[in-house]
Amino acid sequence: MTAPEPHVNELADYERVIRPKQGLVAVDFDELWRYRELFWFLAWRDILVRYKQAVLGVAWAVLKPFLTMVVFTVVFGKLAGFSEKKGMTFETYAVLTLAGLLPWQFFANAMAESSNSLVGSSNMISKIYFPRLIIPASAVISGAVDFAIGLVILFGVMLWAGVSWHLNLLLLPVFFFVAFAAAFAIGLWLSALNVRYRDVKYIVPFIVQMGLYASPVAFPSSLVRDKFGDTVFFLFSLNPMVGVIDGFRWGVLGAAFEPYWPGFWISIGVIAALLVSGALYFRRAEKTFADVI
Amino acid sequence: MSKPIISVRGISKQYRLGSAKSQDTLRDQLTHWVKNLARGESEGATESFWALRDVCFDVKPGEVIGVIGRNGAGKSTLLKVLSQITEPTEGEIYLRGRLASLLEVGTGFHQELTGRENIFLNGVILGMTQAEVRAKFDEIVEFAEVGKFLDTPVKRYSSGMYVRLAFAVAAHLEPEILVVDEVLAVGDAAFQNKCLGKMQDVAKNRGRTVLFVSHNMAAVQALCGRIIHMGGGRVLGDGDPDTQIAAYLGEIKKPRTDTAVPLGKIVECRQLEFNPNPIVSGQPMEFTLELGAKQRTQLIDCAILIYSVYGQRVAILDLRKPTGQFPIAPDQPFRCTGRIKNFPLVEGDYRIGLFMNCSEYYSDYHDLASLTVSAATKEGELAPYAAHFRGLVELECEVKF
Repeated sequence: MTAPEPHVNELADYERVIRPKQGLVAVDFDELWRYRELFWFLAWRDILVRYKQAVLGVAWAVLKPFLTMVVFTVVFGKLAGFSEKKGMTFETYAVLTLAGLLPWQFFANAMAESSNSLVGSSNMISKIYFPRLIIPASAVISGAVDFAIGLVILFGVMLWAGVSWHLNLLLLPVFFFVAFAAAFAIGLWLSALNVRYRDVKYIVPFIVQMGLYASPVAFPSSLVRDKFGDTVFFLFSLNPMVGVIDGFRWGVLGAAFEPYWPGFWISIGVIAALLVSGALYFRRAEKTFADVI
Repeated sequence: MSKPIISVRGISKQYRLGSAKSQDTLRDQLTHWVKNLARGESEGATESFWALRDVCFDVKPGEVIGVIGRNGAGKSTLLKVLSQITEPTEGEIYLRGRLASLLEVGTGFHQELTGRENIFLNGVILGMTQAEVRAKFDEIVEFAEVGKFLDTPVKRYSSGMYVRLAFAVAAHLEPEILVVDEVLAVGDAAFQNKCLGKMQDVAKNRGRTVLFVSHNMAAVQALCGRIIHMGGGRVLGDGDPDTQIAAYLGEIKKPRTDTAVPLGKIVECRQLEFNPNPIVSGQPMEFTLELGAKQRTQLIDCAILIYSVYGQRVAILDLRKPTGQFPIAPDQPFRCTGRIKNFPLVEGDYRIGLFMNCSEYYSDYHDLASLTVSAATKEGELAPYAAHFRGLVELECEVKF
């Protein structure tokens, strides 16, 4: 449908069969590629709408991570004494906090947007055909602008804190991609469940709230390992954001924050499992989206 | 002989009806699973109905086909299955061309975005590439007559402008197969004519294949070379327009045999009657309407719609209550009766529909009943003109010479 000007002689070799699909349905990557423009346009629409009230939109994207960083640094770094415990200056602790907050806020927003995306597009789903996977995916990517703004603040804070700059910074896109995959994987599950079950929308804020404390956002993850040992840390790493945030911190602060790799790979494994199972569940559920939405 | 561009082979579509036992929250579903696990029972059978049953037809390239049928005949479901929006339960469809569907004008329009932005967004949603939209941009703007307001958010558009813009984008799609649901019912008469003209152009001059659902028999007759007449999810007739339209008009004169006609997912029409029927033009008439609901909801607006045989809306009976909404629930139907003093329509057959707006959705529903008006006998006066000369409304007037 997306190819330019059709030609009559093309008809002979174009054939599409519509029939009921049984059992597990694989993801049709060819089709997704053909619909890539729609993906970008939906992301573009979400971004455009969000920043239409330009001043407020951008200001909020700046203030939210910055103020949270200040509060967390004071509460956890100073009052709880985490920065002393790890032998860090107040400034470094601020960088550490922000380096955890950025992927966390991206993840939390993207996951929440993605989970509500299908229900929010019910009109499109019941009137137009396109690969439904595009909707939660474009909802995740539209959070990338906030993230980019956050990166600028991070670099500013790094200059102010006087931390040294590492080549590891070049790995940030990789860890961003991992955060994207984590948000998308959970978004796939929750968006599809949300179509079918009305109470899923109440679960999402709960995940975000609990996740903030169950992830090493306001403290370095090594604190958990120091205190409780390896076994507990492996359990802790089942939270996919542990790997993402540790990786991100390593990218920003360098060798001193090298992740504990076994834990990191557990997180990556969880993300991969959620992604594959989410895609399969989504494909199975999407057959009835238009009927029940 | 060219291959058919669409082959529909034994398509059926089954919908599961939500019963009281169904689980629509995750919490209920989980407790349900746990209970079943404990008892070792399997899922109970749910109620279901067939929206489409063994539908077969072929379409040749360049054909323009009208799909007609009563409310609930399966027309919209057929279009949804053809457009791949919903999956058939049984059967196969072969498409030998790209298909674009227009089941609603303005799908994906965003209120906050400008006309220009919406043209691109909607174009891509409907299946055009960005390059195609750019190439046709000026044509679209000209067709929609919104040039001055291109950079205004569409939330500030009048409803007429909004519909024009939305249709203009859709009208410039160039797929081999175009599937159109009752979208021409929107907009004013002049714009409707323009849209019909555009559809005719797409079909006749560009050789596209068009499948077109409408209740407007005049439009169907003007556009289509062939008509598929559906009823109860099956194809009742397929062929020459005059024969099929006559058969359909015959069908709607018969009272419906089914007790309750679904109006969307929740509300159903249990009774819609006119008394007397047939009625003599100019005589008093009473009507009764009863709506039921499968779950609790609010009836916000409701109106009885009166259409001419060819689908021209003649009048409505406004049933809103000045003091607000009606609650409606499985054990609490909505019922009203009314009286029209001198029923003022010219003799002929009229088709009765409903506009229904409940908390969850709203829509027009067509051909729920029909009404026959017979000629009044007037003594000692001139014989009246034939009915088709007199339009649709009989005015009472006194003339001085």
